[in-house]
Amino acid sequence: MTRLIVGLGTCGIAAGAEETFRSLAAKLAGRPGLEVGRTGCIGMCYQEPLVEVRNADGARYLYGRVTPDRVDRVLDEHVGQGRPVDEWLVWTDRGGGSDQAFLDRQRRIVLRNCGVIDPESIDEYLAAGGYQALEKVLAGIEPDALIATIIESGLRGRGGAGFPTGVKWRYAREAPGDRKFIVCNADEGDPGAFMDRSVLESDPHSVLEGMILAGYAVGADHGYVYVRAEYPKAIERLTIAIRQAEERGFLGASILGSRHSFHVRLKEGAGAFVCGEETALIASIEGKRGMPRVRPPFPAVKGLWGAPTSINNVETLANVPWIVLHGASAFSALGTEKSKGTKVFAMAGRVRHGGLVEVPMGITIREIVHDICGGIRDGRKFKAVQMGGPSGGCISSELEATLIDYESITRTGAIMGSGGLVVMDDTTCMVDVARFFLEFTQRESCGKCTFCRIGTKRMLEILTRITEGEGKEDDLPLLEELADRVRQSSLCGLGQTAPNPVLTTLKYFRSEYEAHIANRKCPAHHCQKLLTYTITDDCSGCMLCLKACPAHAISGERKKVHVIDQARCTVCGECYRVCNLGAIRRE
Amino acid sequence: MRQHRRYDLRNHHYEGEEGALIPLLQRAQQEDGYLRRERLVAIHRRTGIPLAHIYGVATFYAQFRLKPVGKHLLRVCHGTACHVSGAVELSQAIEKHLGAAAGETTADGQYSIETVSCLGCCSLAPVMMIDQDTYGNLSPSNAIKVLKKRQKEERP
Repeated sequence: MTRLIVGLGTCGIAAGAEETFRSLAAKLAGRPGLEVGRTGCIGMCYQEPLVEVRNADGARYLYGRVTPDRVDRVLDEHVGQGRPVDEWLVWTDRGGGSDQAFLDRQRRIVLRNCGVIDPESIDEYLAAGGYQALEKVLAGIEPDALIATIIESGLRGRGGAGFPTGVKWRYAREAPGDRKFIVCNADEGDPGAFMDRSVLESDPHSVLEGMILAGYAVGADHGYVYVRAEYPKAIERLTIAIRQAEERGFLGASILGSRHSFHVRLKEGAGAFVCGEETALIASIEGKRGMPRVRPPFPAVKGLWGAPTSINNVETLANVPWIVLHGASAFSALGTEKSKGTKVFAMAGRVRHGGLVEVPMGITIREIVHDICGGIRDGRKFKAVQMGGPSGGCISSELEATLIDYESITRTGAIMGSGGLVVMDDTTCMVDVARFFLEFTQRESCGKCTFCRIGTKRMLEILTRITEGEGKEDDLPLLEELADRVRQSSLCGLGQTAPNPVLTTLKYFRSEYEAHIANRKCPAHHCQKLLTYTITDDCSGCMLCLKACPAHAISGERKKVHVIDQARCTVCGECYRVCNLGAIRRE
Repeated sequence: MRQHRRYDLRNHHYEGEEGALIPLLQRAQQEDGYLRRERLVAIHRRTGIPLAHIYGVATFYAQFRLKPVGKHLLRVCHGTACHVSGAVELSQAIEKHLGAAAGETTADGQYSIETVSCLGCCSLAPVMMIDQDTYGNLSPSNAIKVLKKRQKEERP
């Protein structure tokens, strides 16, 4: 049986994978020995829609950008004549393909089934070794021994803070209480992060299995998955997975005939970033405004409805079955002294090969950006990476030799975070990036703590002023003072880390701030209020910019130099982008 | 049967009735497009949760709307990846073309514009979503082209 498997994650669907799937299904209907299949996210978002041809002998060939019009050629040449279409081949397990390094340099534990199995089929998960960890544990591993294994593996929370998972479980196990809960935190709110979404869409059962194991370890028989409402596909597939696991007896009362019971419910978020913070998340599940509270008591002692609750991130839980099956030492063999295992990164921004990348801890930023993801787009200059979203910071490209582990990243002023890694090039203005994140945290602040509520607002005002050319000399010390106060006087992680984007950009890119303030110039030519567009004498009068201008601000006749009406110009830069002659001056 | 499921609070939660408030509001909005005052009062009567508390929750979460929306919802992604790839320019062009700002609805009631934090399609940045359709790798001018095409098709 030769199978043609289409990647149907959110990115793939947005790129048109459903059309490809329908086209393939129509063409293969009634053809014996051929089957169309579906899978989740393969991780090569930049090559979507992706189609894998899995030959009868098991050889795998991955084709990129397979829009419906490319389907015929793949079918004719590869399936019909047995001759792979080298032109579109991005990867094959026989060695080769244009983007071989992207997949071959990864070490996939969390993503072990992503892009390989059908996320809506429990049978495929079982065939890939699914629920074997659960069977192994129920067959005779005591909860304390399971916790010891997880502690020994060195697994730390992948949501960002990096707290040892086994220790958290032990706290929850030892906390007194008849009822205990497991909560899977899938409220992936950092802009630029989509790892958890991809795992839930591509391999929901591995997360469920991790939750059941966590429940067994802690002594909890109920669990919640708190998912962002913006992830409809993840919710859909998780719902299917929960139903399937219940039907097969992996979820519910006395699992696989044991004395352990575990029930899982889905809880949709309602669009509040702060609910990624664990005490706010609990408030939200309880039906309240999602506002954090003082810790201690920590949720492991007093969490959901006052009961001991272990809150673990999606990626953390997906690691658990693998550790149980392969042993703690196989996991701790990967990584650095204090950061074990792998980390999944969502690569986006100005990088050539954006997508999902899972690498062992301890490799460098340079290896990820250049060796795996192919460097910067359009041959531009690498400037910085942003790690950790609004709580993280921008690490200058000068520090590209920094190792990726919790401690090394924290030393730069950023944080490991949940895994969003946005790459920036020389067209990105770092003052504007800082302003962007402050706008985000200021909007998402729940309003409980004064310094977070008002301090971020004042910081945003200053940053906006600077990007609009109204910066004052004493703005930078004032920003630093405010940053310090907000960090010290906020209750939860949102406020405590909100100044990080500002502090890191000030640390590595202070001269850019100074250029905005002293010279009223944006070195990256990004800040609109500091830009003017004019047309030079090189203009051939082709009318391309005139037609492209959404504001109708350009006038001129064919073969005569055009003119931009500065009063009407919205400084959108569309003319600059379309001009083939470089006749638009931007300064 | 459906009616029964809709108000069976234990269906959503194990404990108490309070935790069911957000799912109830989500369902109300799904059915009506926004949170009608009468619906909020009905939830208050049904569950006994104070109306002020319901209003507090409804205004805390970005998902909930207290005003009706246009026929189509246009969401412009302003995530980090989209931001560094020109989302601001994209928004400006769209708002200018439709004559409504983010958070507003066009005068003809056809489009409501929203800016969202991240749609999770970062590798296709910049991205906009019209109802359930996602458009990626946009420039201001081809976003307007998409819009014009849709507007033309929607006209009777």
